[in-house]
Amino acid sequence: MSTNVKFRLASDRVNTQILTGDRIPRLYTPGEVVTAQQSFMRGHGTYVEDDDIKASVAGVMEQVNKLISIKPLKSRYVGEIGDVVVARITEVQQKRWKVDTNSRLDSVLLLSSVNLPGGELRRRSAEDEQMMRKYLQEGDLISAEVQNIYDDGSLSLYTRSLKYGKLSQGILVKVFPSLIKRRKTHFHNLPCGVSIILGNNGFIWISPTSTSESENDGGFTQNLSEVIPRADREVIARLRNCILALAQCKMMLYDTSILYAFEESIKYEVHELLNQEAIFDVAFLTQHRLRLQEI
Amino acid sequence: MANILLSDAEKTFILHGVEEDFRCDGRTRRDYRPMELETGIVSHASGSARLRLANTDILVGIKTEIDVPSPYNIDKGKIEFFIDCSANATPEFEGRGGEELAQEISDTLAKSYQSGQAFDLRKLCILPGQQCWKLYVDILILECGGNLFDAVSLAVKAALFNTKIPRVTAALMDGGNVDLSLSDDPYDCNRIEINQIPILVTVCKIGDSCVVDPSAEEEQCSAASVVVGVSQRDNKSFLTNIHMCGVGSFHQETLESSVELGLSAAEKLDEELLIALKLEEERFGKYGKKEIFGFLR
Repeated sequence: MSTNVKFRLASDRVNTQILTGDRIPRLYTPGEVVTAQQSFMRGHGTYVEDDDIKASVAGVMEQVNKLISIKPLKSRYVGEIGDVVVARITEVQQKRWKVDTNSRLDSVLLLSSVNLPGGELRRRSAEDEQMMRKYLQEGDLISAEVQNIYDDGSLSLYTRSLKYGKLSQGILVKVFPSLIKRRKTHFHNLPCGVSIILGNNGFIWISPTSTSESENDGGFTQNLSEVIPRADREVIARLRNCILALAQCKMMLYDTSILYAFEESIKYEVHELLNQEAIFDVAFLTQHRLRLQEI
Repeated sequence: MANILLSDAEKTFILHGVEEDFRCDGRTRRDYRPMELETGIVSHASGSARLRLANTDILVGIKTEIDVPSPYNIDKGKIEFFIDCSANATPEFEGRGGEELAQEISDTLAKSYQSGQAFDLRKLCILPGQQCWKLYVDILILECGGNLFDAVSLAVKAALFNTKIPRVTAALMDGGNVDLSLSDDPYDCNRIEINQIPILVTVCKIGDSCVVDPSAEEEQCSAASVVVGVSQRDNKSFLTNIHMCGVGSFHQETLESSVELGLSAAEKLDEELLIALKLEEERFGKYGKKEIFGFLR
């Protein structure tokens, strides 16, 4: 058994722009005049200077009637009420957890916005406050929904539903939030035996589909002694590499695109999917199938 | 090295994966992630290279200067490593945050370059006791995705391969002072022999097994890792340095097997690096102007 090492020269870099073909939208850079006409209203990502509307971020223009806004290509997550997010606890505080959701400010998860273990419904007592670290501690991953947005833009989350809560074994993949397509549902049980949660904040959780339906614990158990079988592990790793491949080629992520990429990647070994050529090939074939479907 | 938070369940998943010899991205314990390499990327440095290993991004620039040899080693040149951990890599590096890590890496590098058989400083001498070349190796860490030691050492080796030292055409002794005249032709220069230059391999102990090229998440799961400096000579690998990091300890047998793993990985790394460097040189000519790809994609 030998070590696999691969050096690629920068001159051999695969140009992923071929994927977009002739459909490259006009990009605006910060400070660039978007329009000099007076009759438009300024939206997000723009500012007014000398009666011109200028872009304050690098991105594409979006126009809704008279409203002009610039949508940035890369940005942190800007939350909306009702979004499904995958988030990581960073701090335990008085009656609340501080949570990292990839937004500009830390989000909060109030003690009153979680289900108590066992699903008890009652006022949170002082004992509950002392038990907070037992429920969720620093580093733990949760899935949650955005309940409220404060004036400063920080988010308040809640997990008071059985589908939300602490996440057990699996892999977290981070992509740009703008690549996640907004759908009706962001929880998917894929036919390959793996569940994914596509957080609107760009965090994607891949885990084996749980078979034991002991749902009345409020989602606070992590089975640390369970060993994921090799077959599941391979599927999870393959999905991870497929998602990263699509993200690297700036393709939208949703259940269909991920599933297509997974199917197109079967001809490669899992570790081969780290190579540029394979990444490009998988993304190209996926896009081809998606376009066929559009027609 | 940058501390990232992981939950117990994620750590368990990684740990079981390593035991199974099937890591989170599908690699085995002995595999490296694909790397991207470009040399000659900084036009005003004597030599430069950029290496990208998954999310780890290293930029190395080498500057040459004329200096006086130290009185203890009159026939040797000098080499100095300086590492800057950019706060772009992780907010932790802001201010003096990255200094400790930078010191650790540069010390390890300097130690593995110390052996005369690994890196021959005598080649950098111009006039014994009077004048020598001093190489300033400046390393910039732009992004942290784990396995910094390996990436830095490979990038340094690539940059040294790319380094061009001006040729000294004449040295006149004028009283006690030396008057050097350098070749005016920028393409008339000396290269550094890099075959024996050591590279570092980090072997990370996760659970009871050892892996090479740990990702940032995997580094978080390991209590101890050992960095071995390996130099190739006459088709054999020689250890130039062993450095341990982390709070944990190694059992004698584990240490032996991980050093062995490091040696065999280094052999392969070295071979592939030389192939890549030669290929690039062949493609763009030895000194010809080449297109710089850099950071644009």
